[in-house]
Amino acid sequence: MSEVILSVEGVSLSFGGVKALQDVSFDVRSKEVRAIIGPNGAGKSSMLNVLNGVYHPQKGKITFKGKTFPDMDSHEAAALGIARTFQNIALFKGMTVLDNILTGRNLKMRCNIFQQALWLGAAKREELEHRRAVEQIIDFLEIQHIRRTPVGRLPYGLQKRVELGRALAAEPELLLLDEPMAGMNLEEKQDMCRFILDVNDHFGTTLVLIEHDMGVVMDISDRVVVLDYGRKIADGVPGEIKGNQKVIDAYLGVAH
Amino acid sequence: MALDIGTLDTFPKLLLHHANVRPTRPAIREKDLGIWQTRTWKEFADEVRALACGLATAGLRRGEHFALVSDNRPRLYAMMYAVQCLGGIPVPLYQDAVATEMAFPIQNAEIRYGFAEDQEQVDKLLEIQPQCPTLTHLIYDDPRGLRHYKQAGLTSYEDLLAKGREALSRDPAFLDGEIAKGSGSDTAAMLFTSGTTATPKGVALTHHALIDRAKVAADLEKLDDSDVVLAYLPPAWVGQFIFSLAQPLVTGYCICCPEAPETVMSDMREIGPSYYFAPPRVLEALLTQVSIRMEDASRVKRWLYKRFMAIANRAGGAILDGRPVSMVDRALYFLGDVFIYGPLRNVLGMSRVRVAYTAGEAIGPDLFRFYRSIGINLKQLYGSTETSVFVCIQPDGQVKADTAGPPVPGVELKFTPERELLIRSPGLFKEYYKNPQATREAKDAEGWFHTGDAGYFDPDGHLKIIDRVKDVGKLADGTLFAPKYLENKLKFFPHIKEAVCFGHGRGMVCAFINMDPDAVGNWAEKRNMPYSGYTDLASRDEVYDLVRGCIEQVNGDIAAEPEIANSQIHRFLILHKELDADDEELTRTRKVRRGFIAEKYLPLVEALYAGKDAVHVEAKVKYEDGRSGMFSADLKIRDAKTFPPAAAKKAA
Repeated sequence: MSEVILSVEGVSLSFGGVKALQDVSFDVRSKEVRAIIGPNGAGKSSMLNVLNGVYHPQKGKITFKGKTFPDMDSHEAAALGIARTFQNIALFKGMTVLDNILTGRNLKMRCNIFQQALWLGAAKREELEHRRAVEQIIDFLEIQHIRRTPVGRLPYGLQKRVELGRALAAEPELLLLDEPMAGMNLEEKQDMCRFILDVNDHFGTTLVLIEHDMGVVMDISDRVVVLDYGRKIADGVPGEIKGNQKVIDAYLGVAH
Repeated sequence: MALDIGTLDTFPKLLLHHANVRPTRPAIREKDLGIWQTRTWKEFADEVRALACGLATAGLRRGEHFALVSDNRPRLYAMMYAVQCLGGIPVPLYQDAVATEMAFPIQNAEIRYGFAEDQEQVDKLLEIQPQCPTLTHLIYDDPRGLRHYKQAGLTSYEDLLAKGREALSRDPAFLDGEIAKGSGSDTAAMLFTSGTTATPKGVALTHHALIDRAKVAADLEKLDDSDVVLAYLPPAWVGQFIFSLAQPLVTGYCICCPEAPETVMSDMREIGPSYYFAPPRVLEALLTQVSIRMEDASRVKRWLYKRFMAIANRAGGAILDGRPVSMVDRALYFLGDVFIYGPLRNVLGMSRVRVAYTAGEAIGPDLFRFYRSIGINLKQLYGSTETSVFVCIQPDGQVKADTAGPPVPGVELKFTPERELLIRSPGLFKEYYKNPQATREAKDAEGWFHTGDAGYFDPDGHLKIIDRVKDVGKLADGTLFAPKYLENKLKFFPHIKEAVCFGHGRGMVCAFINMDPDAVGNWAEKRNMPYSGYTDLASRDEVYDLVRGCIEQVNGDIAAEPEIANSQIHRFLILHKELDADDEELTRTRKVRRGFIAEKYLPLVEALYAGKDAVHVEAKVKYEDGRSGMFSADLKIRDAKTFPPAAAKKAA
């Protein structure tokens, strides 16, 4: 079993009187596919937002690669190698696929504006390297045919794929996927599953994903955390989760 | 530079020849990571040599068959040449075939070695391994997704190449000896016929046959090493095999492999091929795209397009053929070339096309004329897998819309009393593999190949094919019934994608129609007709009226041809789904399997003849992921107006 890359201990987050997360703890091991599931409003997206520094929890601590933080800052998270995709696609609609993915390389760009404007040797070398990296991602995600198409003109399933591409461009160690398969048809879901597994296998990226489709979750994830009303109610391999009475109750509802 | 085919009698010998005489000229280009990467003849030949040594260490024997499943890639071609270096026989398989379809060729030739492009193809070959116990060595190109495959006998292309390089440096003379052992009468490749009927047959073609035909056609069209070709059709199909393996070897021209199947259009624009092949359906799809985009263009552009296309229609073909054209038309055509035809050729990626062929099925006269009128030298040819393609080619200046041209040098043609075409040519196949009976039936003692195609020579000595001999039938009243002739006439309408006609032994002709979802969808959009999907659109009365209009136009044409005037289409229905090769309704080359369809949809055929005006259909449908589901719908049946032979003129 590989080492723990990220651990969350006793995280609580509330917005005024709304308790989004209450004392949640779990860990993510290096190179695994970790799913966070739960009914609507269980706090899944809040958890993801805490992990990459969009929300700042009131209590608890996060340990990433041996360093402990009371909370994350989004810039810090990106610099440390955490990338994410969004539930509602957040791409630059008017820009081409290639340019969108290139923006994912932002943190890797070292040359300053003058070097780039004057197209000095270092700037040129760097540009070539970034272009190669982007092309490799385009090839990997099989989107060569839309390389120069503005993102706004693409169907939803392809936009999701482009967003994954942009996250990959940052060469993250930990990739957070917020409902990567929401709103997709069966074929698009199968494609996306294949890409997620390939990313995990090919780049060795650790993945944390939120997903609603139970079939998908059970098929592709190594371990699953289940949240309900902001609390962790189960944590384990898909087989255990499937049979867990608390999880079944949370999903089907019980008489209180 | 004249090639001495006498001593350079095999593919590998020719390859080494080019590596010597034009080492730095481009042999193959492939778009990778967004950039066209070039391999010169020298680099390519070196890779092939190393690869061949790798195969030798892996134990490939002389005369052994080798299966390949891949899209057009430099590595696929290198693999085929490498197999041939050792006297092996490459057997390319269609890359879109499902796993079970691949089992037969592998069992048939007891194939031990396979080459697969990627994980998808490796999975298919592994899936059929239990039925094909001989298949023990698999080589793959793209390692993605294959890291955890632990099966024995799975090797990557890189590993094989590295082993080969090592072996080659240890014993450089070995491979030259192996290549020298090959002779022109050896089998160069085995291509499986698509199997319109019964099981597929492995057609064994010799080096001599392929090289001879490739050279004759290349000489005819004056192809040389400055020509460029885009390889985008399945390599298992004889045409692509000739264009991307045999003809480069006799001319030294450069092959370009597109980045992905979806990028063919833009890759073609970037490369600008000078020698081009497209089956009619591809040409049709391109024209449909142009028409749709023109319909959406501004009023001025539409007007310009319409006016100048009329001029092109009148003068374009004649100018291309070198026939006399009035000064005014010439001047107008020049203007049109600047404003319309030139940019249009550019958009199609055909600015530099010097020779373009189409074949495989009948091409609509309007479609054919369209390409010629905008200055693209599109010509028809006739040939098949068994004849190494080239039998008839239309020479420049003698191009007609409805013939395949006169025979090329070396070919003899004659007809049986049943109008079946017989061929004798140096390009004929050696045999159907392990099928001496079929070989005897197809190739008689005097060496005539029985094509199964019915046709005749027109007054200028051009070959005209009307249908398959076995498909030509008779109506109950004895009228000649050539279903494909009717179907082709229907398919020439943009709104009809496929048609299947029935009538042999019946009192009248009825038809199944498959509408074209793009063209009809666009047509519906223009009329603000909402629809939920293919099945819904296909059942609309408006669409039925549209299709009926097409059928009645065909009926008008046919009424003018006395011999077949009675085979006008009386009744028709529009099918609820697209005919699909995955459902075995079409062959892999997209020809309709009339017999199979008649059996599968028997209730529909009966309903057509029973005079009903609707029929309930329940069918099993297969989704692309292999699962299947049930589907049911009510299909309408409608009558079409027919014309008495005398009224033909008025109607048309």
